[in-house]
Amino acid sequence: MKRKSKPVNDVILQTAAIIIFFIIVIFSIDLFFAGHYSPGGGFIGGLMTSSALVLLLLAFDSQTLKTVLPIDYRLMTATGLLIALGTSLHSIFWGRPFLTHAYDKFHLPLLGEQTLHTAIAFDLGVYLVVIGVTMTIIQTIGESE
Amino acid sequence: MNVLDVLIYISLAILVLAMMLMLYRVVKGPTTADRVIALDSIGIALISVVALLSILLDTTMYFEVILLLSILAFIGTVAFSKFLERGEIIQNDRNDDL
Repeated sequence: MKRKSKPVNDVILQTAAIIIFFIIVIFSIDLFFAGHYSPGGGFIGGLMTSSALVLLLLAFDSQTLKTVLPIDYRLMTATGLLIALGTSLHSIFWGRPFLTHAYDKFHLPLLGEQTLHTAIAFDLGVYLVVIGVTMTIIQTIGESE
Repeated sequence: MNVLDVLIYISLAILVLAMMLMLYRVVKGPTTADRVIALDSIGIALISVVALLSILLDTTMYFEVILLLSILAFIGTVAFSKFLERGEIIQNDRNDDL
């Protein structure tokens, strides 16, 4: 490792990273919810969210990211797998085959008449697993000296 | 083939020529910084190619790719420049004075 005596100051990178972080997160949420009717989905949305977190890791350090987002990413992977398994299993209790999805129209308070599909819960599982695996890989490699 | 298609093909040819010249800089570039800047410029030119192709194919399905490529090019360039400056990409504690 290279040793530097004078402290480095990257205020431009840090200020830009804070703004761009929110833009990337909003874009990833848009990709996640757009997945049913247009390109996107859980996989690329999770990759974009984890790349936003990687941008924070680049501009700051891993201790800061652990302070502002105290998330255990291995627990996040397990939660995503459980959500995907739960949405796959619930159709068994209704006498349908495994992985049968269902949908219905709901009247939501602010959004009006919306069609909710259980595929989005499966996609949420994929999203959490992708974020968890990517961040686990990057943090494990980044922390090893 | 109307006028717009001809113009788009001409623009694509110019962009490919520019990307080939940037590729020459990637191969030849004396320092690593030259190569990083040339790769970043190739990414930006690739965004233009995707935009022109989405006009040519008359679809809006490629708009996500444009934003995605710009974000990935930015993060890759930042990571590589941090590696050039510090020697490591992800620090454990930046106030630790390394």
